[in-house]
Amino acid sequence: MSAAMTQNAELALEVRGLRKAFGGLPATNDVSLSIAAGERRLIIGPNGAGKTTLFNLIAGDLRADQGSIKLFGEEVARLRTDQRAQRGLARTFQIITLFPRDTLAHNVVLAMLGLSPSRWDALRPLSRRRDLYEKARGVLARVGLESAAERPLAQVSYGEKRRVEIAMALAQNPRLLLLDEPLAGLSQEERQSVQALLAAIPRDITVIMIEHDMDTALSFAERITLLHYGKVIVEGTRAEVVAHPRTREVYLGA
Amino acid sequence: MFDKPLAFWLIQSLNSLSLGGLLFLLSAGFSLIFGLMRIANLSHGAYFMFGAYVGLSVLRAGYPFGVAMVAAGLAVALLGGLIERFVIRRLSGNPLAQVLATLGIAFIIADGCLLLWTGDPQQLPSPEFLQGVFRIDEVAFPKYRVAVVGVAIVFAIALWLLLEKTRIGAMIRAGVDDMEMARGVGIPVSALFTMVFCLGSFLAGVGGVLGGPILSVYPGLDTDMLPLALVVVILGGVGSLGGAFVGSFIIGFIYTFGQTLFPDLAYMILFLPMIIVLAIRPRGLFGRIGA
Amino acid sequence: MNRTALIACAALAALIPLVAGDYYINLSSQILIAAVFALSLNLLVGYGGLTSLGHAAYMGVSAYLSGWLFLKFGMGHLLSAPLAVLGTTLMAALFGLIALRASGIGFLMITLALGQVLWGLAFRWVSVTNGDNGLSGLTRPMPFGIDLTGAIPFYYFTLLISIVSIACIAAFSYSAFGAVLRGTRDQPRRMLALGHNVWMVRYVTFITAGFWSAVSGLLYVYYHKFIHPAALALTNSAEVLLMVIAGGTGTLVGPVVGAIVVILLKNYVSAFVERWTMLLGFVFLLIVLFMPDGLVPGFKRLWVRFARRHA
Repeated sequence: MSAAMTQNAELALEVRGLRKAFGGLPATNDVSLSIAAGERRLIIGPNGAGKTTLFNLIAGDLRADQGSIKLFGEEVARLRTDQRAQRGLARTFQIITLFPRDTLAHNVVLAMLGLSPSRWDALRPLSRRRDLYEKARGVLARVGLESAAERPLAQVSYGEKRRVEIAMALAQNPRLLLLDEPLAGLSQEERQSVQALLAAIPRDITVIMIEHDMDTALSFAERITLLHYGKVIVEGTRAEVVAHPRTREVYLGA
Repeated sequence: MFDKPLAFWLIQSLNSLSLGGLLFLLSAGFSLIFGLMRIANLSHGAYFMFGAYVGLSVLRAGYPFGVAMVAAGLAVALLGGLIERFVIRRLSGNPLAQVLATLGIAFIIADGCLLLWTGDPQQLPSPEFLQGVFRIDEVAFPKYRVAVVGVAIVFAIALWLLLEKTRIGAMIRAGVDDMEMARGVGIPVSALFTMVFCLGSFLAGVGGVLGGPILSVYPGLDTDMLPLALVVVILGGVGSLGGAFVGSFIIGFIYTFGQTLFPDLAYMILFLPMIIVLAIRPRGLFGRIGA
Repeated sequence: MNRTALIACAALAALIPLVAGDYYINLSSQILIAAVFALSLNLLVGYGGLTSLGHAAYMGVSAYLSGWLFLKFGMGHLLSAPLAVLGTTLMAALFGLIALRASGIGFLMITLALGQVLWGLAFRWVSVTNGDNGLSGLTRPMPFGIDLTGAIPFYYFTLLISIVSIACIAAFSYSAFGAVLRGTRDQPRRMLALGHNVWMVRYVTFITAGFWSAVSGLLYVYYHKFIHPAALALTNSAEVLLMVIAGGTGTLVGPVVGAIVVILLKNYVSAFVERWTMLLGFVFLLIVLFMPDGLVPGFKRLWVRFARRHA
């Protein structure tokens, strides 16, 4: 294996020349990124910079007009969202869109079924699958919510919902995890528990996070990408980006 | 099939054009209502039929054809306005419920027409000065059908002018393109909805009378016309006047020639353009929003 | 609904012929047929979140296939029944590809258009369907030589088939696939992100709904011994949708309750009022306006409120 190939295999995500325009307006304008396996990358930028659009393009919710997206060396730009999820990509959403009428355990089971051949079983009652629900409780235990496993999701707090969402994403055994503003709308206390969760994510999962809460996000990030008007403005280590004059420009509006 | 004389092709083409013209009046309104309000108005076929019946009564009362057309249009517009105001608006935010409500209303109108005008199919007489034919080289073109095409084109141009050249038209187009934005810019959405619904209903009513001499009026006209409107809109794209125009004439040709050449399977032939369009371009030929 | 309650209902249903005369026994047969029909649509509407207005097409085509195979080839029911259901299911597989190019209102419009095209075909293709005269002179099957011409034996035959159908549909809804289907109804985008192939889930459901509708179509044509294009009309598709909505979508009991209500209404009302279609329209309108969840959840709510007040 040549040096170049080993290098590529170590890249969790490689985005080249990604473009997406909505009726003439470029939301993503020639974006290129390389994210190494195990890395913790933070995407920042003012409102409207195109961060969530970028996530939607990587995850497959949006079709790029141009560009390539390689997930662990495999080109996925033409694949559907669920196909990318099958290849180890998991994400959370800005707005929590879970299943409020179902219990926490059931929410997690739906996540687990996503990758299991059992999801096509149209004969056996799901309630009989003790193994799935046990596993779901285990997943919830890891985020400290085992006691609430049988409660309908609608009845738990916003912070707890966020933890369930992260738990579901982790239950997918992803190789790459996209977190879209995981700390938004959380109280101080809730933020601390989610932060602890994020810090505890094992190294075999690469994490890309969009976040506005700088204090928390900065401590998490190893490398930072700054987006503005759909373009990458600055990229580098935490120290580099923080000190960069263009960063200040973008945020203070030159 | 290819042994038919030129006259056959010419006459069937005229029939196709006149059917297309009627379909345009029917589906332009449907498309606008769907495009702006996101409601598939399943009563639209019933509006067409109701308009035809109203026109019939007006004609029987001795008024001229033009008056019948306008009266029918206004009657259906009024009906549509009341329905929009008291039923559709109550269910705003729930497009599926609105569609189901229009279905219920379609049944009520259809049965109401049966009650008021009995179940016998009726012929709407065309205006005197349009009876008879134009003769060009041994081929006889019914004057009325030519007039129908003319009227449809006039309406098409009028609608185009309305949408492209007036302020109201600009508001409608804005609403079709992006409702949130339109609201944000201060466009009076409620009033616009009622207006468009009334306009669509008016067109359907006029279409019903215009179509009367050709299609006649009978119980079941509503369920015969509704799927045609649906197929035209699926083909041409929702919210697009041009799409409704082109789609109407395409379906007019396919249906007319299909009827004469393969009478058993005419309905299936309607299928094909719909399937092809859906397979290749789900937005329809000109549509801007997905079906 | 738990196992004991279901068995109790089945037992009660089995006792009907002991207390009722032919008229009510026949009515019960009609209700069972409608219940299976409504439950098949509920898979799409209630569990899948996909409102179809062309569901009568599958029941109708199955009925026509069964009748046509008998009249044209003298085929016995043992062979014609599975062929009719198979043919209809294949048609559903084809139509699903077309209809699922959209969801929501687009799906509704496409299913409506497809249903209307088939209805038109039933009227026009006179050489095959006999047009407005319909196919008559059809027979009921004779399973194991048992004569089903009488109301009672036919009722038990229908009851048996209905119980099996309802059990299968229940298994479907309680299964992992059923849970995934409901997930795609509630949060399709989230389900995609979790790795579920939402289109495929919907497609499989569409075909399954067509299959069970075809089964109800067989029972329908056996009951009436006659099939007419009106069975595929929009009114019929609207009626079965009404049963699902009126009873309450997304439950097993709802569509059955809806079927009971609509069939009873139809039978009693048509004795006094000639305007069934108008009444259907009004009932539709009222339910959509005032009780959008349907009767079963509506009554559940009332019950809960009643229980709370008297606790």
